Amino acid sequence: MTEPPFEPAEPTLAGTQDLTAAGGHGAVPTSGVPTEQAPAAAARREWPLWEVFVRAKRGLSHVHVGSLHAPDAAMAVRNARDLYTRRQEGVSIWVLPAGQITASSPDEKDAFFEPAGDKIYRHPTFYDVPEGVEHL
Amino acid sequence: MTSSPRAELSDPVRAGATTASDTSEYALRLGDDALVYAQRLGGWIAAAPQLEEDVALGNIALDQLGQARAFLTYAGELEGAGRDEDALAYLRGERDFLNAQIFELPRGDFADTTARMLVVAAYQFELYTDLQASTDPTLAAVAAKAVKEVDYHRDHATQWTLRLGDGTEESHRRMQRGLDDVWPYVPELFESDELVRRLADSGVAVDPPTVDARVTAYVDAVLAEATLTRPETNVRHTGGRRGLHTETMGYLLAEMQHLARSHPGASW
Repeated sequence: MTEPPFEPAEPTLAGTQDLTAAGGHGAVPTSGVPTEQAPAAAARREWPLWEVFVRAKRGLSHVHVGSLHAPDAAMAVRNARDLYTRRQEGVSIWVLPAGQITASSPDEKDAFFEPAGDKIYRHPTFYDVPEGVEHL
Repeated sequence: MTSSPRAELSDPVRAGATTASDTSEYALRLGDDALVYAQRLGGWIAAAPQLEEDVALGNIALDQLGQARAFLTYAGELEGAGRDEDALAYLRGERDFLNAQIFELPRGDFADTTARMLVVAAYQFELYTDLQASTDPTLAAVAAKAVKEVDYHRDHATQWTLRLGDGTEESHRRMQRGLDDVWPYVPELFESDELVRRLADSGVAVDPPTVDARVTAYVDAVLAEATLTRPETNVRHTGGRRGLHTETMGYLLAEMQHLARSHPGASW
């Protein structure tokens, strides 16, 4: 036999890289791992993001439950049905393009929310409940 | 029919056994359609183009599996040989499966899967709609539950057919090819035979030719809106109802059955 012994084309992970068991998932390489998203994955992800709101039953409000990708609104409703109402969580679904939501900024947190902190008189806790009033 | 199929089974002198055996075979056909189709759809799990579609196809597969369980359980009861749904699903050979061949076709690409789902869901929708009026209360009840499920499958396939057919040049080309691939297997869905005619006469079964026009009208309307062409072909594959299958069926069963056959009686 003149054939040379088989050698793997690529060195194995365990032989050349630092490993750690962080996160409890066993040995995970900590170096030589690509951290940038592959271009192909970005190209596949052209579907816009939709925020999903589900109403659990009549009389309640729609509540934000999560988000998903869909090519358009009609498919977004259907995807929401499959993803968020599999276990009879709802009777009505709203979807909204994520980009259409205007949100408060974390930077404005103090100006927006802090001033309400010491104004306890805004809570209805300064009233004496008359005797004999039930179900309040 | 005033007496239940079970009563007939326990009283073979009344010649009810023939009816029970007919109904058993009919339930087996419907159950095998759904079981084999569920197995094929399951092939998309973790492989669909999008995570959202992955879940959608998984849900549809589970709906089909649920229908299969109900039909196979009932078929086993009527047969009276002590075979339950698992025995019928996992311990029968290829020639014993009575599904139409369209259900066993490999999943293909997403357009192939969508093309098949459009036809099959339209067919199951009309079939189950009529089967709700069956004189057999069990078949009627299973159909009443299943018709709402396949209504959604039909909608899912319709939405995708419209988007792929009337989408890009490439999506249109592939959707049309998917239809072309599936079409030779469509006529088998609407075939009748002595068994199903006999059952239809007694009000138990739905004779497939009676739903053909409605299914065709629905599919044609979707195809027209999706700018797709209804394929013209003289090729017709058939034989599934007699246990004759395509060459892919053996591989499908091997994958589906190997665990149950390798470890008889195994449980979680």
